[in-house]
Amino acid sequence: MKLADLQKIAEHEVDFQRAYKHRINVCCSSGCVPFGALKVLKAFEDAVKEFSVEKDCKVAKTGCVGTCSVGPAVIIEPGDYLYQSVTPERVRETVRDHIVLGLPVKDMLYHSEDFFKKQHRLVLRNAGKIDPSRIEDYIAMGGYSAIVKCLATMTPQGVIYEVTRSGLRGRGGAGFPTGQKWSLVARSHSTPKYIVANLDEGDPGVFANRTLAEADPHAILEGMLIAAYAVGAEKGYIYIRAEYPLAIQTLQKAIVQARAMTLLGDSVLETPFKFDLELRFGAGAFVAGEETAILASVEGRRAMPRPRPPYPANSGLWGKPTLIQNVETLANIPVIIQNGGEWFSKVGTTKCSGTKCFSLTGQINNPGLIEVPMGITLREVVFEIGGGIQNNRPFKAVLVGGPSGGCLPEALLDLPIDYDSLTKVGAIMGSGGIVVIDDQSCMVDTAKFFTDFCVEESCGKCVPCRAGLVKVQEIFNRITTGDGKVEDIAALDKAGNYIKEASLCGLGQTAPNPVLTTLRYFRDEYLEHIVDKKCRAGKCFRNLVKEEEVEDQ
Amino acid sequence: MLKDDNRKAMIDKVMKEHNYEESSLLEILHKAQDSYGYLDKILLTYIAKSLTLPPSHVLGVATFYSFFKLKAPGEHVVTGCLGTACYVKSVDDIMTAIEHDFNIKRGGSTPDGKLSLFITRCIGACAMAPNIIVDDEVIGKATKEVVVERVRLALEGGGRRR
Repeated sequence: MKLADLQKIAEHEVDFQRAYKHRINVCCSSGCVPFGALKVLKAFEDAVKEFSVEKDCKVAKTGCVGTCSVGPAVIIEPGDYLYQSVTPERVRETVRDHIVLGLPVKDMLYHSEDFFKKQHRLVLRNAGKIDPSRIEDYIAMGGYSAIVKCLATMTPQGVIYEVTRSGLRGRGGAGFPTGQKWSLVARSHSTPKYIVANLDEGDPGVFANRTLAEADPHAILEGMLIAAYAVGAEKGYIYIRAEYPLAIQTLQKAIVQARAMTLLGDSVLETPFKFDLELRFGAGAFVAGEETAILASVEGRRAMPRPRPPYPANSGLWGKPTLIQNVETLANIPVIIQNGGEWFSKVGTTKCSGTKCFSLTGQINNPGLIEVPMGITLREVVFEIGGGIQNNRPFKAVLVGGPSGGCLPEALLDLPIDYDSLTKVGAIMGSGGIVVIDDQSCMVDTAKFFTDFCVEESCGKCVPCRAGLVKVQEIFNRITTGDGKVEDIAALDKAGNYIKEASLCGLGQTAPNPVLTTLRYFRDEYLEHIVDKKCRAGKCFRNLVKEEEVEDQ
Repeated sequence: MLKDDNRKAMIDKVMKEHNYEESSLLEILHKAQDSYGYLDKILLTYIAKSLTLPPSHVLGVATFYSFFKLKAPGEHVVTGCLGTACYVKSVDDIMTAIEHDFNIKRGGSTPDGKLSLFITRCIGACAMAPNIIVDDEVIGKATKEVVVERVRLALEGGGRRR
């Protein structure tokens, strides 16, 4: 296939889709399938036949729109009518009223207008709109035109220049400038070079990368192709969690389609540029998100990090220059190439351009997957997009950045979300988890929960993380069972800071964040536990309750 | 010795496809677990020999990653999601109820091998938290009552088997 052929496919596909007056997009991602999305899809296919509107009405199996708590979700175009909690029983009525009579079924429409108002969708531009199993759908939305533009009109240096100008920073959590990373790999003389796309998403409570892979796999592939062209890599790996079967399937299909259209292979679009990729499966190790650990895992070893330098840009997979990038970062690339780096740099804030996807969960009215411009405040996310706290309970804290992020109190809700302001208050961007908690959760118990997680996930290579976290865990066990001492607070603080400073990799360096932030912002709860042996949320001291029961008997 | 059967043929095929490369170890372990349900010492030794790796290396990798199971799971498997979103929605109370009602500890199986109780660190269905997986069925927005009833049904033979 040649460059010009892609244009033809796009035109043909657009004409093909225009022939339909309506398009019914049924979300069939992992959030909606367990709750009956496939039955809903089948019901729509049957219903459009029953009302003889199948010539006007395209029923499509799509990815996620983000409203995962009220699945199965269905969008009817034109007009983007979003239906929530659709059951097969109500499909017939929906087709009759909405498609045949032109009257949307009001009581099934999504309950909150605010959910989408402040979102800005660049990475999730096609999510919920295209059928991820059809490459033509992606091409019709302008897909693969960015790699065409690169191959036809841009030098690798030119591509790196645009990415640098865009101000894009790594979305895996650390926020390293993407353009800078690319030029490091490009400048490295050793060959072959590799690209590793990180889709391991080990943070509990985060599902943004999975959703992206399920909804728009070709965006990841195109981002990798452009990155490969820019840095001179010929081989790529997507490192994906084995726990994501649907995402794996979707990507596998996408790779086969891309190969068939010569978008991957020895001669991409019949140019001298050569690139192919394969999937590698993770197996449940949080530490594998660290860049040197992911390399060890792709090489078939334990995912244990090693000291840097040498950096992977010079010595990565099998000692060769390797570009490691989160899939969300990669999905931004086609947009940057199409619209230019300068355009992208105007989204978000001056220091942090672009958007960020967040998995918004916890005790909140509208949980789901969101994409917001950098610089939006936590308050806007929690109370506008998220619709506030469930059952009107009082807000207590918001956990930003996963198990090694920070627990932030109400006083910090007006904080703009970007890498630097989050770090300043003791949290991290991480891979984009926001968990909102209300007064039913205990902050000491929450910090203990994250510590338990990090103890479990510590790879054991360096002492501060391996032994230090166990010490912290012991103190928590004391405090939450009634044996806490006032000195424990200072001990936690000291241990936390040591672990932060002395650990080898990102896991250890951030693992004490939940402890340190809860100590900083919720110290009174620690004191209550230690001095009064009281847990206001009723989560701790369960051992004492049991003893009392025994005595009563 | 590993028995000659379809499952072994499958692993042999995958190893050959990967040219018996050391770097394919994780893919091989995934395939082996898919076919056998879990990885026992005989299986791991066989893989080590085929890839010319020390058995200690293969066991080391298999034990490092929490996805790999080294013991046979029970006939029915309940998995509780202990991701953050599920945790703040009190999944722990549901797990405790299962432990209590079926006399089982998380990570273990009942002595008759009928039921295993595992935890997983997030299945990514966080908006439907808390999630419990009974055999292959994901129960979202789970409650103690629904899950215990579902497990009871599975044990009585009414549920889908793995």
